[in-house]
Amino acid sequence: MSRKQIVLGAYFPGVNHDTVWNDPASGSHIDWESFEHWARTAERGRLDLLFLVEGLRLRTRGGEVFDQDVVGRPDTFTVLAALAAVAEHIGLAGTINSTFNEPYELARKFATLDLLSGGRAAWNVVTSSDAPTGENFRRGAFLGHHQRYERAGETLAAVRALWDSWGSDAVVADPTSGTFLRDGHVGDFAVSGNQFDIAGRFTTPRSPQGHPVVLQAGESPAGRDFAAASADAIFSRYQRFDEARAFYDDVKARVRRAGRDPDEVRILPSAGVVLGDTAVEARERHEHIHDQQVDPWTSIVLAEMVWNRDLSAYDPDGPLPDVEPTPEAPKWIEGRAPLTQDAHATVAAWRELAQAHGYSLRDTVKHVFDRAVFVGTPEHVADEIDRYVQNDASDGFILGSHISPSGLDEVVDRVVPILQERGVFRTDYTPGATLRENLGLAHPSRFGERRAAVAS
Amino acid sequence: MSISDTTTTGGPLHLAVALDGAGWHPAAWRDPAAHPRGLFTARYWTDLARTAERGLLDLLTIEDAFGLQSGDHLSGADRRTDRVQGRLDASLVAAFLAPTTSRIGLVPTVTTTHTEPFHVASALSTLDHDSHGRAGWRVQTSVRADEAAHFGRRSVPGLRRADLDTPAARELVAELFGEAADAVEVVRRLWDSWEDDAEIRDALTGRFVDRDKLHRVDFAGEHFGVAGPSIVPRPPQGQPLVVSLAHGYDPALLAARVGDVVFTTPHDADDAVRIVAQVRAAEAAAGRTAPPLRILGDVVVVLADTERAARERLARLDALDPLSSDAAVLATTPAALADTLLSWRRAGLDGYRLRPAVLPTDLDAIVDGLVPELQARGAFRTAYGETTLRARFGLPRPASRYAAGADAAVVPTPTGATA
Ligand SMILES: Cc1cc2nc3c(=O)[nH]c(=O)nc-3n(C[C@H](O)[C@H](O)[C@H](O)COP(=O)(O)O)c2cc1C
Repeated sequence: MSRKQIVLGAYFPGVNHDTVWNDPASGSHIDWESFEHWARTAERGRLDLLFLVEGLRLRTRGGEVFDQDVVGRPDTFTVLAALAAVAEHIGLAGTINSTFNEPYELARKFATLDLLSGGRAAWNVVTSSDAPTGENFRRGAFLGHHQRYERAGETLAAVRALWDSWGSDAVVADPTSGTFLRDGHVGDFAVSGNQFDIAGRFTTPRSPQGHPVVLQAGESPAGRDFAAASADAIFSRYQRFDEARAFYDDVKARVRRAGRDPDEVRILPSAGVVLGDTAVEARERHEHIHDQQVDPWTSIVLAEMVWNRDLSAYDPDGPLPDVEPTPEAPKWIEGRAPLTQDAHATVAAWRELAQAHGYSLRDTVKHVFDRAVFVGTPEHVADEIDRYVQNDASDGFILGSHISPSGLDEVVDRVVPILQERGVFRTDYTPGATLRENLGLAHPSRFGERRAAVAS
Repeated sequence: MSISDTTTTGGPLHLAVALDGAGWHPAAWRDPAAHPRGLFTARYWTDLARTAERGLLDLLTIEDAFGLQSGDHLSGADRRTDRVQGRLDASLVAAFLAPTTSRIGLVPTVTTTHTEPFHVASALSTLDHDSHGRAGWRVQTSVRADEAAHFGRRSVPGLRRADLDTPAARELVAELFGEAADAVEVVRRLWDSWEDDAEIRDALTGRFVDRDKLHRVDFAGEHFGVAGPSIVPRPPQGQPLVVSLAHGYDPALLAARVGDVVFTTPHDADDAVRIVAQVRAAEAAAGRTAPPLRILGDVVVVLADTERAARERLARLDALDPLSSDAAVLATTPAALADTLLSWRRAGLDGYRLRPAVLPTDLDAIVDGLVPELQARGAFRTAYGETTLRARFGLPRPASRYAAGADAAVVPTPTGATA
């Protein structure tokens, strides 16, 4: 009986409410030393990949910079390229927006990262959801939801065409014959569509893994279809067993409908882990951490993201706001990925929840935003992670922590060894393996041959 | 302060090395000592950077472009297969080199023509954070039609060298330089948009930042607008070092308006005098209030133990594929090169950017031959002193222009620290 091997990644804890920056153990979210520590820990744990999220404007609330959470983050590509020099085996995944980048430059940067890292680059393609980000870019105006996915699709297709424009044998570099390039057409490309009309020659050789791994994190039907049709892995926020299982089934069905083998796509929810020596200790720790993450003020702000209006007049310890959400109004909080696709439905669900349990506003928000999926002893957490994976609720997880950068340490030191003992997680990297190889993904042949349908 | 009072004539030289492919000679990759199969690997760049750092050089630059190499840098890529073709993204190579080196300045080339200034600002700021204050930016414009077609956002008519003096060409160049000046201005504003002490982590009030110390930059120019603030906190140097290459008055004017250091191409001692005068005139015309530009002369170097061996090396390379260069080509011994550099610098040059004809051969010769020669004459450092790249050039750390009481100059006037 063969058991699924678990995929594990780690995202850098930073700009979000679940980073407890005022904990004395919390370090810088900018300094190189933080990234280096985090990467070395992840590599010590033999994790598959490091994951950086992205935001291209500072978060604002009511037009003012939101100053209660971590503010500021470094440039994703730059950090990943530097990490390629200190971590030898682990995958380097960057969330990079397709709305405010051009395919030629994206393809070059990822190809460079892939060459410098020996085949460890991954791109989490996001489309951005907030219009004011456009004010930081030449493109300026923001694209509608449909156009963003059209652009994302065309961007990815263009980038893949560029990655394919050099054969893996294009560089001959034979001094005797004086032949550097195989022929004069290396790098030729032409791509046109609704969003792009570009042609010429690409500058950067094909990378060791053919194409960097492509991840996606959309959750609308359009986002899921885009991911199902084109991604190697999906980063999801659905982490409770039942919802994770439902998301998994839905996406794998979409993958099948897109003519691909469901095994070609890894589904990786984000997850927080809180450990204790006993179950009780872990629960107490979790309660303490979660109290700091969703403090009274944060509970108001998170509710505001759903209601899309100022709720500062409401008492966090009182009932849910008696006003209706105004999803059509200008966005009250900018710069965060949206929390809901349907505000009215979400408010209704929250009200039902509060009613059923007698929850206050803050209780409700704490319940909904509990990122710590796995709380318990290391054995229990290892069991749970394995249960999700063996029962097809996920193919693995991208782990976060409330402390930057050292929060990953205890997971690596205490949970990973148990998974290794059970034979569901690697005990060492295969020397020289690419990220694709580590994830068990096929090596793409040129010109989309790998897109050939595998019916199942 | 007067324009020239920080220009030293007797102090230590600044020495930079310009890295590009297998070296600046088109036949460099065919040299027996070259590593042409390694050009796209981490190992190749790490070895070069470590050598340059062993030689205590001020900084290394990494060439880049959005189009394949071309015999004529104005035109599109030729379809030649007998020369080095292909490049890695220079800013990511520099990022990779940050943790593998500790003192040398890292200066990637990044064009202003097709990039997003917001991304450029974030990338260089992050390079400065990751390298602890060693980042610079070689600002470059892209005039090539093929590069524009790679982006499809604007069309550039395409220029031939012979057309450079036509009104259409002048207009294009003026447009691209104007855009470059805007791009540098935006990037500098973004670097300033976080005051140094914006991150307060005030547990008592629950505030991570003091939002009064974060500033919109609200730049609105002809080609783009950027709102800001930056997503990256202010870099360690305040502003990474801004450098550009100038072959004539217009590019010198761009450097004078927005730069910290300018690379020039003197061909002899008299030419160096003319160039320095031109740069200083450009500074006066630009009404520069920042510290005077540090002027480095670019030269291509082919080094050997004897003058004759150096010339023969060059001849052997030229026989394979002749070098045509904008910069002087000095094929000589390290000692004679030291003489030349010291004699030209009397014109007021602050130092040189050396372009090794063959890598790693001529870089090794710079580090193991030229550097000891200059050290023996007291003209080059024997250990790294300052830690940041700006400080190495005697440039003060600028205050954020948005900080209360800050000087309004593009780059604030120096506080007295000079080379
Ligand atoms: C788990 C998850 C993580 C995300 N992370 C980011 C991110 O780091 N940066 C970003 O700009 N968008 C991020 N997004 C936003 C999505 O990529 C997408 O742009 C947004 O959800 C709108 O698309 P949709 O309507 O298909 O959901 C994330 C979304 C999800 C579900």
